[in-house]
Amino acid sequence: MALPPPDPQFVLRGTSAAVHTLHFSCGGQEPDVPLLFSGSENGLIHIWNLKTRRVDTALDGHGRNSVYCVETMGSKDRLLSQGRDQRICLWDLAEGRMSVMDSVFTENVGFCRCSLLKVAQGRWLMAMASKALEEVQVLELPSKMSVCTLKPGVGAKLGMPMCLKLWQLSCGSQPLLLAGYEDGSVVLWNLSMGKALSQLICHQEPVMSLDFDLEKTKGISGSSEKVLSIWSLDEQQNLQVYKTHKLVNAGISDITIRPDKKILATAGWDHRIRIFGWKKMKPLAVLDYHTATVHCVSFSDHKQPSERLLAAGSKDHRISIWSIYTQT
Amino acid sequence: VCFTLGGSDCSISFVSHVLGKICVHGRQKEMLSVLVPRLAELTRSDCIWQRMCWRLLECVPQRWMEAVLLGFVQTAPGADVLSRLLGNLVVKNKKAQFVLTQKVLLLQYSHKTAVLQNLLGYLSLDPLRRPLLVKVLQELLETWGSSSAVRHSPPEQQQYISKAILICLSHLKESEIESCRQELLTSMMEGVKCHLDSNLPRIRHLGMVVAESISLKINTDGPVLKFQYEEDDEARELKSLLVQTTPCCAVPSLPDEEENEKAAVLPLVSDGDKKSPRAAPVLPAEESDTDLDSDDDLVPYDMSEDKELRTKAPLYLRDCIEVLTGCENVDKWEATVKALESLIRKNPAATREVSVELAKVLLHLEEKTCVEGFVELRQRAQVALLTTDPIPVAQYLTSQFYSLNYSLRQRVDILDVLVLAAQELSHPKFHGKTKHSVAPKPGIQLLPGSDSSKDWRRIVDERIKSKTRRIATGQAQVELPSGPNEFNSVAGHFFFPLIQHFDRPLTTFDLLGEDHFVLGRLVHTLAVLMYLAVNTVAVTAMGKALLEFVWTLRFHTDCYVRQGLLSCISSMLLSVPAERLLEDMTEELLETQSWLGDVVEKDPDGDCRRLALQSLLLMENLKKKLQSVPS
Repeated sequence: MALPPPDPQFVLRGTSAAVHTLHFSCGGQEPDVPLLFSGSENGLIHIWNLKTRRVDTALDGHGRNSVYCVETMGSKDRLLSQGRDQRICLWDLAEGRMSVMDSVFTENVGFCRCSLLKVAQGRWLMAMASKALEEVQVLELPSKMSVCTLKPGVGAKLGMPMCLKLWQLSCGSQPLLLAGYEDGSVVLWNLSMGKALSQLICHQEPVMSLDFDLEKTKGISGSSEKVLSIWSLDEQQNLQVYKTHKLVNAGISDITIRPDKKILATAGWDHRIRIFGWKKMKPLAVLDYHTATVHCVSFSDHKQPSERLLAAGSKDHRISIWSIYTQT
Repeated sequence: VCFTLGGSDCSISFVSHVLGKICVHGRQKEMLSVLVPRLAELTRSDCIWQRMCWRLLECVPQRWMEAVLLGFVQTAPGADVLSRLLGNLVVKNKKAQFVLTQKVLLLQYSHKTAVLQNLLGYLSLDPLRRPLLVKVLQELLETWGSSSAVRHSPPEQQQYISKAILICLSHLKESEIESCRQELLTSMMEGVKCHLDSNLPRIRHLGMVVAESISLKINTDGPVLKFQYEEDDEARELKSLLVQTTPCCAVPSLPDEEENEKAAVLPLVSDGDKKSPRAAPVLPAEESDTDLDSDDDLVPYDMSEDKELRTKAPLYLRDCIEVLTGCENVDKWEATVKALESLIRKNPAATREVSVELAKVLLHLEEKTCVEGFVELRQRAQVALLTTDPIPVAQYLTSQFYSLNYSLRQRVDILDVLVLAAQELSHPKFHGKTKHSVAPKPGIQLLPGSDSSKDWRRIVDERIKSKTRRIATGQAQVELPSGPNEFNSVAGHFFFPLIQHFDRPLTTFDLLGEDHFVLGRLVHTLAVLMYLAVNTVAVTAMGKALLEFVWTLRFHTDCYVRQGLLSCISSMLLSVPAERLLEDMTEELLETQSWLGDVVEKDPDGDCRRLALQSLLLMENLKKKLQSVPS
């Protein structure tokens, strides 16, 4: 007799706007407090203290335009946020400061979240959708120099890039980019050559979100249709469909694989969060708490496995925090 | 009469006279059925016989020419035979030309298609005669396109003319069509407009088929006119006339069609090729996984609650009204529209509280999303509403019928809803039985569509049948469970407001003027309401009012309206009890009877004449019935 799904451990209220993006920063040592960063539709970035479960600070850097991506760069003092005002802001939050150090003007009016990759100490690569319709630009931060621009070939009607993931097999190897596009295909790009290595049509509808497991070179993508697509990368850097999983209701906003690669979570348009086992895509749980579409899910980076959390942000202005499958 | 001519010098004129006299006396068939095959055979290869035949016909006196020619055209087995027999008579002889090109085509319409084929084929077979063919086509098109002809000539004549036009088109060569392309186009446009304006679906179909065929002929490349209509036997028959079996004609149309098809296929093929890369093969994803299954220690939770997300329709009528009037959520709106009828029927008390408001909402409800069967759903909800709370909703609907700023569709909807609701109210409800097969009067299916005139014929027929069999009021053969007639108390509310303002024109709505389509539907609706009001208290008053209404409109030019008026008379005769008819409405009945007699004789429309005849029969039956009852 299976147990009924668990309730959230707690729920964060107070954003008063739809939550579009979440990011944990819980890896620090005592006395550092575990934090959760959230970006909302009203342009504010809230920094939640997970001990007191209240907002510590609210950052306003995008002028009331929706913030759809937040990421920390190395530590909790460096934050990157991307908003609908076509800007990517780099924040300095050390010692209580709340200032924008630098910003990048992307000239892109889409919703594609940027992707960060640390290549060396103090050096980062950031991939973002750029001004032209189908292009992805990769910049080096903090110098903001353009590393390359990835343009699909003439006649390949890929549409807008919808989601990006930069990765490298190991430190020092060449970085690669996985990009999901509006026409439902996922493309693997080689940054140094600026060429596409492989393209795979995973969905009939735009790819909403994707995530990739480096160790198994297996990835998963979700779209606005009812199917999740799991694909793998072989030695020749070719993408191949591994399997597909059919969902009950259509529409996935976000997918994320837990850092220990055991489970993954999907945020659905049907207000539900689904947990699957990553190895075999075994459905594990359906978490039904939210009353509107769930925009984002994120796993925490706690050092202690038992403290690990899952956060989900939804259009109903709530962030639900779950503690699920923490024993493994 | 079988004659052989031995010598070479005979006077044929005597034979022509004999022939003419026989034909004029009506003996064409007997005479020509022997003569024509013989002549056909003789003239097949022998030129002399051909000349003799031509001479024979030329010498027929003018006054008998028509009869002879008609006979020949009717009995000749084909156009080529006719051509051999008549020669260029049509060009040389004025009377022959008149008969063949004017009288047979434009003034008569009783001939069969074969006759038309013969005649027009004959005209097309000789270069001397071809100009006549073009002239004939132009005249036919003129008639086809004249709005007064479309309005006043019977449908059979219009069909005849349409056939003639199509056969002409099939015979014309490219060059000839080129030369008169502009005129063809103009006449087609005018003709199509008149035909589509008509209320009778048959005329509309004829117009559409002919216009499509003309367009096909004059636009051999590029887009052709295409209408959307149901292909019935008549349409198919007409279209088949466009293609001639003889190889010399109408071939251009076929290769053109093929070319169009090929052109359409090519873009599809090239699109398919452009479609990107490879659909990747799916690797089998099962037992090949030899890794230790560390997933086993992840125990799944209970996921039985995980079902498809379905928007629920509101459970209360007031919520429904809210959703329909203001809600932005389209899923909810759709669910509400689908659930509305059953909600109305299940909660009569709640419905009565909000009936007029809901009626207003429904009347103005427009399709927000692509719901299947939206029109039907809305109509069923309106009918349910009307049957649950008849009087206020009927008052509202009938008042709106005559208000400003409604579209024709909405006004016709009001009429349809009134009829359906009246039918439902007047028939006893059958709980637990299937409704569709049951009607107290068997075989009657009220379709408030454009075909109500056909149903009326059936209804009246049945009623007459049942009436003439027994003296007592005809009842259904099957004994069905009965219930109170709920239409009784509300019949007047449905009927009288509709009749009230028909002669008062508004800025956007003029029943007696250009909105004669709605007038036609109104009249048919009144006829149905009258019929359904049998055995109600108000029926006599309704009958009188209806008779007055019919009297003022009896000379209306639109035949659909006239058919409706005649159905009104029939239903009134059937519904109002005979005693009341004869006591209260004697003078009006007599006037009506004389009018009906007029209609039977002089009305151009066949349906009108039939309906009038039936009404006269009903009146006769009425008289007989009353005379047979001992006073």
